[in-house]
Amino acid sequence: MNTLFDKIWDQHVVQQVEDGPTQLYIDRLYCHEVTSPQAFDGMRARGLKCFRPEKIYCMPDHNTPTHDQDKPIADPVSKTQVDTLARNAAEFGLTHYGMMSKDNGIIHVVGPEKGLSLPGMTIVCGDSHTSTHGAMGAVAFGIGTSEVEMVMASQCILQQKPKSMRISINGTLGKGVTAKDVALYLMTKLTTSGATGYFVEYAGDVVRNLSMEGRLTLCNLSIEMGARGGFIAPDETTFAYIKGREFAPKGDDWDKAVAYWKTLKSGDDAVFDKELSFDAADIEPRITYGTNPGMGIGITEAIPANGRMANSPEQNFQMALDYMGFKPGQKLLGTKVDYVFLGACTNGRIEDFRAFASIVKGRQKADDVIAWLVPGSWAVDAQIREEGLDKVLEAAGFAIRQPGCSACLAMNDDKIPAGKLSVSTSNRNFEGRQGPGARTILASPLVAAAAAVTGVITDPRTLL
Amino acid sequence: MKQKFNVITSTCVPLPLENVDTDQIIPARFLKATTREERFFGDNLFRDWRYKADGSLNENFVLNDPTYSGCILVAGKNFGSGSSREHAAWAIAGYGFRVVISSFFADIHKNNELNNFVLPVVVSEPFLAELFESIQKNPKTEVEVDLPNQTVTNKATGKSEHFDINGYKKHCLMNGLDDIDFLVQNQKKTELWEQQRK
Repeated sequence: MNTLFDKIWDQHVVQQVEDGPTQLYIDRLYCHEVTSPQAFDGMRARGLKCFRPEKIYCMPDHNTPTHDQDKPIADPVSKTQVDTLARNAAEFGLTHYGMMSKDNGIIHVVGPEKGLSLPGMTIVCGDSHTSTHGAMGAVAFGIGTSEVEMVMASQCILQQKPKSMRISINGTLGKGVTAKDVALYLMTKLTTSGATGYFVEYAGDVVRNLSMEGRLTLCNLSIEMGARGGFIAPDETTFAYIKGREFAPKGDDWDKAVAYWKTLKSGDDAVFDKELSFDAADIEPRITYGTNPGMGIGITEAIPANGRMANSPEQNFQMALDYMGFKPGQKLLGTKVDYVFLGACTNGRIEDFRAFASIVKGRQKADDVIAWLVPGSWAVDAQIREEGLDKVLEAAGFAIRQPGCSACLAMNDDKIPAGKLSVSTSNRNFEGRQGPGARTILASPLVAAAAAVTGVITDPRTLL
Repeated sequence: MKQKFNVITSTCVPLPLENVDTDQIIPARFLKATTREERFFGDNLFRDWRYKADGSLNENFVLNDPTYSGCILVAGKNFGSGSSREHAAWAIAGYGFRVVISSFFADIHKNNELNNFVLPVVVSEPFLAELFESIQKNPKTEVEVDLPNQTVTNKATGKSEHFDINGYKKHCLMNGLDDIDFLVQNQKKTELWEQQRK
């Protein structure tokens, strides 16, 4: 009771359905090309128009190639899906940021950076990483395509109210330990289902001291613990990030908005259904070794020998290690790496490129590593160039690609070949996620950079 | 597929794995369709477990084992974790499953099943373990899922459990209604709410 989640949720209840879910009002719907076409079809079949078209923003990101975006997409099926979104947005009168427009990028990178995702909002998208926007102090969660259609048709959704959990991380993060490592640590501690049924509020000094980019990374990964969403109460860091952005309130409206946003915090008497607390000192740079994000270790640790780690039964554990080509008890430091991927809605922001550049500066990409560096949006790309990071990266032998989801789920051409080992800043290491047979190790941009210059799994703290 | 739901009795297909994620249920490369072709998604259900890398059938995978059949999928806990893709529910429905029994479902996927008239039935760990055992002993073991009475029965042991579903959703499933019908009917209420908010 009296949690920030309760406050935002309660402010958006249109009605409580008898012996049923809540009808919740939605302030922002984002649509990408993969999970929206069948919703638009459904709207047409029912003869409906979008109820509040001005609250809906569309952009392709999953299928977009990361090179030659000015040319037609070579894969005809991808091209059809991307073109279908543009056509649907035009037909239903929705804002659409097409490929190559300076506004385009990964939906979860673009929303916050344009000031479209604001504190106190309810935000949904047909994408589980919608939890990212919770970093702005919003209630944001992923939905299915039928639910996308609900929001198009009514600007509302029917949902059971989730339970609330507070995760506090206190202390100070050590050198080379980032928001990504905190999230990977939480996934191992909670497993991929430990927060299912909950909305998570992140709190504690570590969270307060994170930049907005770090907070976006942390909230992005809430779903990997099973949580529908994760959020952080807005504070001065949030306000400073939002101020001046394209859709941020301006003038008097800004002052009014900030006054309201300052009320958005859990009461001192707030009661959570579950409270967990962790110490920053226990977190080192982390990597995953298995085929779900909960199968993780500190970079200097060994894969568990007993096979009961991460709440997975022995059969799952052995299947995962067989897939990855690893053995129980094996240490991964020094393991040869084939691919490095920097990007995704998890780690495709400016701070991630700064971190990557800080390690590769003055070093050279290992010859036998293929590295894909993919900014989360054209705005991130522009800032990389403004800060001169492009020069640093190019001098070290790296090229910057064009924005999109890319190798996070390999719906475009950026597929890791079968059997190859990839160190990836993305969010999922499921079997085949980065391409059929691809083996994925999830890690921070620092760990990815360390692997890229040494060609093996390397503790980034030795290079800082 | 708005198929009205009442009582279903069927043999089961067992998948005793935990944390089955939606990337396994339907890999991302099959998400490029722009229509709701359930047949297409059904054909590619568990694609990378059903087929080997060279495209040949993986005869060890349960869907390729003629011993097991039926419209009830029985899976280990945390079924449907990961991506929100509703294509996973379309694939399950398209293959012909009408019920998924597990001890735990991921949130988004559970809603996606319900929105496609596939019933997720949550049972206790012991009930699930015993059901896997019954099916292993006798692949023709039947399970009865009774939505009106909210019970699930392992016919081999006669053991029955109550399962939860809210009254609204139960009414929708039994009458072939969906949430969009409800929300469109309630647009006036939403407009009023919007005006009061200002």
